[in-house]
Amino acid sequence: MMRLPAFAYHAPNSAREVVEILAGEGPSASIVAGGTDLFPNMKRRHQTPKTLVSLQDVDELRGVSWQSDGSLRIGPGEILRALERDADIGNRLPALVAAVRSISTPVLRNMGTIGGNLCLDTRCNYYNQNYEWRRAINFCLKCDGDTCWVAPGSKVCWAVNSSDTAPVMMALGAKLRLISPRGTREVDAQDFFQNDGIDYLAKKPDELLTDIEIPDQGKSRSVYLKLRRRDAFDFPVLGVAARIELDGEVVKNADIVINAVSPAPTRANASEKALIGKKMSDDVLAEAALLAYKPSKPLDNTDFEYAWRKKMVKVYVRRALEHIRSSFLI
Amino acid sequence: MSQKKPNYNLIGKSPRKVDGLSKCTGVTKFADDLELPRMLFCKIHRSHVAHARIVSIDTSAAEKIPGVKAVLTGKSLPISFGILPVSQDEHALCLDKVRFVGDPVAAVAAIDEDIAFDAINAIKVEYEPLDPVFEPEEALKNEVPPIHDYGDDGNVHKRVSMEFGDVEKSLADSDEVFEDIFFYEGNTHLAMEQHSSLAWMDPDSRITIWSSTQTPHYLHRAAAKVLEMPPSRVRIVACPNGGGFGGKSDPFNHEIVVAKLAKMTNRPVKVTLTREEVFYCHRGRHPVLMRSKMGVKKDGTIQGLHFETLLDGGSYGSYGVASTYYTGALQTVTYKVPTYRFDGVRAFTNKAPCGPKRGHGTPQPRFGMEVQLDKVAAKYGLNPATLRLSMMQPKDSITANWLRIGSMGLSRCIEKVVEGSDFNNRHGKLPRGSGVGIACSSYICGAGLPIYWNNLPHSGVQLKCDRGGGVAVFCGETDIGQGSDTVLATCVAEVLGVDLYDIRIVAGDTDLTPVDLGSYSSRVTLMMGNAAIQAAERARELLAKAVGEKLEVPGSRLGFAENRIFDVENTETGVTFAEGVVLAESKFGTIGTVGSYTPPPSPGRFRGHGVGPSPAYSYSAAVVEVSVDEETGMITVDKVWIGHDIGQSINETLVIGQVEGSVYMGLGEALMEEMTYRGNRFGVHKIPSLLDYKSPTTKEMPEVVTYLIEEPDENGPFGAKEVGQGPLLPIMPAVANAVYDALGVRVDEVPITPAKVLKALSNKDLRHGPTRFPDLKITEQDRMRVKTQEEGGDGRSDKPFDRKKKKEAVKP
Ligand SMILES: Cc1cc2nc3c(=O)[nH]c(=O)nc-3n(C[C@H](O)[C@H](O)[C@H](O)COP(=O)(O)OP(=O)(O)OC[C@H]3O[C@@H](n4cnc5c(N)ncnc54)[C@H](O)[C@@H]3O)c2cc1C
Repeated sequence: MMRLPAFAYHAPNSAREVVEILAGEGPSASIVAGGTDLFPNMKRRHQTPKTLVSLQDVDELRGVSWQSDGSLRIGPGEILRALERDADIGNRLPALVAAVRSISTPVLRNMGTIGGNLCLDTRCNYYNQNYEWRRAINFCLKCDGDTCWVAPGSKVCWAVNSSDTAPVMMALGAKLRLISPRGTREVDAQDFFQNDGIDYLAKKPDELLTDIEIPDQGKSRSVYLKLRRRDAFDFPVLGVAARIELDGEVVKNADIVINAVSPAPTRANASEKALIGKKMSDDVLAEAALLAYKPSKPLDNTDFEYAWRKKMVKVYVRRALEHIRSSFLI
Repeated sequence: MSQKKPNYNLIGKSPRKVDGLSKCTGVTKFADDLELPRMLFCKIHRSHVAHARIVSIDTSAAEKIPGVKAVLTGKSLPISFGILPVSQDEHALCLDKVRFVGDPVAAVAAIDEDIAFDAINAIKVEYEPLDPVFEPEEALKNEVPPIHDYGDDGNVHKRVSMEFGDVEKSLADSDEVFEDIFFYEGNTHLAMEQHSSLAWMDPDSRITIWSSTQTPHYLHRAAAKVLEMPPSRVRIVACPNGGGFGGKSDPFNHEIVVAKLAKMTNRPVKVTLTREEVFYCHRGRHPVLMRSKMGVKKDGTIQGLHFETLLDGGSYGSYGVASTYYTGALQTVTYKVPTYRFDGVRAFTNKAPCGPKRGHGTPQPRFGMEVQLDKVAAKYGLNPATLRLSMMQPKDSITANWLRIGSMGLSRCIEKVVEGSDFNNRHGKLPRGSGVGIACSSYICGAGLPIYWNNLPHSGVQLKCDRGGGVAVFCGETDIGQGSDTVLATCVAEVLGVDLYDIRIVAGDTDLTPVDLGSYSSRVTLMMGNAAIQAAERARELLAKAVGEKLEVPGSRLGFAENRIFDVENTETGVTFAEGVVLAESKFGTIGTVGSYTPPPSPGRFRGHGVGPSPAYSYSAAVVEVSVDEETGMITVDKVWIGHDIGQSINETLVIGQVEGSVYMGLGEALMEEMTYRGNRFGVHKIPSLLDYKSPTTKEMPEVVTYLIEEPDENGPFGAKEVGQGPLLPIMPAVANAVYDALGVRVDEVPITPAKVLKALSNKDLRHGPTRFPDLKITEQDRMRVKTQEEGGDGRSDKPFDRKKKKEAVKP
């Protein structure tokens, strides 16, 4: 069996204490929520934090509540399974629940949290290997080495953001609240992710995610489509989150976010522009899909052939938009 | 058809497994569940380079770590071993060379796993790199230093060429010769249990190795040899295996390493491999490139066949020589193939060693052959099921390559699946995107010859009756989840008429049980079953004599059922089984009997005739229904109908379990499983983990309708044939043929991935697959010609088969 390295373990009761311990321990400490991402990584020696600060007993980081303005506050410590079973969220934010339900397996969703999912480490099949394997390639840029084997010569790491909920949060316009000894700050989900496989979050190591806020979705409709080999267990090799708001029959607002083909979820700006002010005709959707396909650049570091994954961007964006179009008819 | 079947008490029914409750309640002790006082933990330092000479190994830092009790390198275990006598090419720890990323180089025993882990990382190995070779086509060119210093030449491990009848003439006389090239990617067993072994040397210098092995007898031989101990001092206990599929049927380096460490430390030593290390043990499906030239008449029937295979063997011999022959052996046993030529080459490459996986060497050629037949049917507008039915190899016949066929229920299998799936009304007629495909296959029920040359029985059973009515049965077989303990108990219980759960099985222990060659080759039910019946009948004879005397009825009139021995003409008159044992023991002394089984000799007498012959052949036919998304190429398998000619089920639920498990495994091979490496990145295995090596989950598993065809075979116990491997074989080609039916494209390659479907759709010839087949460099000298029976041959070849000469080829 692969074994966890030794570490000290703290399980405080409040967010404030979490931040204090993190500040005291410095960068050798790490937050652990469900541990479903962090522990496998530690077993492979990707991260070897000396201290783990668990969110398990921090009640204030859990719970979901609808605000008077129609927005939803989710505590990042909430387990995925609870969100998936919440009928209100299911009705009002079907794209979010589709994403949550598609994450790994029921067993892992009983442990894994929504906050952990947003902070998920980027993935790459040169990186998600154990220590001995990585030694055989002289390690890689993301961990212990200096070459990116996906694109030798590259100065940046191309590990892929593989979170299912990240693109949905972006498409729905979510806001995230972070606390640290420096105080509280709010970031748009849009700005939380960075296109660098190593430095993939705009979150500092000593910052704790305390709130996720999803604004009222008004009359818009949204969807999340996930491409992967098997219908359970597998990470996405392409995720498409889309939200459309209509004015009559014409698109008023469009949000299309593509994930799992690059180090950060990426907004398909050109596709969004191509939709706005137009009716959702077959031709318009096809054009929007093509515009998303063109700039997407999957590389050979996940399951499946990357050239095929690129082709699928076109198919999945179009299907996502078709799905929304038909949902407006209901 | 066969005569009416006897009225069995247990045979063909479905009582629960004799070890079922222990397994379900978690009580069964697998190797990794074992713990002994003062036990040490072993970890193995593995090569992180693909091909290199070992310059030096520095273990000093590891030795200094507190808690490390022993560090071992190859020089303490210099004797080579391997499963086949002709390929003794492995060392427990590499001596002078490493041959793939993952090759074992050094080992430590420490008081806990964490210390052992630190210690293997403290070992420093200096390598002098050698050019690696990752592709068999490259290996054929012999431009790089050979991976081994034996074999046929350079990196060619084995080259085989055999011709039965005049194939060239048959092809020339055919209306058309179909020529196709296929590729079958390698894949691995993926048993849930990772390999684990525990060894202990007792103070009287006897060593015991408990291990997750399918072949305790072969491990016994290898361990005694490498440890340089008399076999009488080495005991192997095969623990129940958490799945094997062929992946635990070689003697493994880690099994010998823990034994040596136990000897060195005088403490028990255990190793449990990580999942990644299990990928390095491998011995799984060989990647095979193949070319088939099939001569057919306008009615589609086969006139002659020339089949060529190139096997990527990986870094060691393993079963590879047998695997090579198997890629050519069984093409002849399903349909009439009047003349047949087979050429095969196995090449060494710097990857984890390939070996036997469920179906051993036959799924690859079966895929090619069944897809090619589908092409023949499509071209001539024939129904592919009817075409197959029109050329069945007859029962009680001899094939072109001298295999003796006994019972043969393939046509009934085809009829059943065709009817069940409504194939004739749906094939070629479903809306675009949906399709049905059919394929057939056959498999051996145990190899006719053992792995090392001998005249001994292949399976032995010892039986002891207790005065209290219990029966103990001893046999070297190993239950790997397939239910062989239950089969053994069922055979004995049927003959003696005792309660199935009154039987105690002692299995897979080289000190306590007579040899059974192991759980491989689909041999256990047939061979062990026959041995068990013989032992039980001998006991029954003794009991019948003693009870008959007491009851004053002739022994032949006694029935054995429901724990009683009674007069069949007057069933009230009788004794309990326990009373019967007391009577017999009073008369004859202790009631212990033995039974053994040796397969009938094969009619072939040419070199290489040892691979293919079997006491019986099982047959299967499958129809697979798929939906294919034309835009993505994604395939969904909607339903599978499969007919299997089992001869006679011993336990019907276990048979159906094997059929369904085979379908499951076959779908994985057909659609996604790939044992792939990064040749341009130091030759690392691409995805050695359960998450990234893709295999279907319950969600991908479709409904399976199973039809069992029961036509008892005279060589099988109660007429039984195999089911562990055969039903896997038709699945991959049936999927490929269904994809063709759905979209009109041929993917001549497994796995059939979505990307390949799209490529086929966009190619002019609507095909995706390999287009070139290299010259195998078969010389006249390699080529062996055998006349078929039809031509008046006697099973001998034009080249005398000289066993002595073969021996010389064995590397010491
Ligand atoms: C086999 C397998 C399959 C999987 N499949 C999927 C999949 O399909 N899709 C998918 O998206 N994920 C998948 N995952 C990943 C993982 O299970 C989920 O992403 C899960 O939601 C992670 O949550 P966690 O609470 O377990 O995170 P943890 O492992 O506890 O933490 C992950 C990271 O987030 C940080 N973190 C957690 N909470 C906070 C917080 N409140 N503030 C700041 N930092 C925080 C941690 O420090 C750590 O760096 C899979 C994992 C496995 C093992």
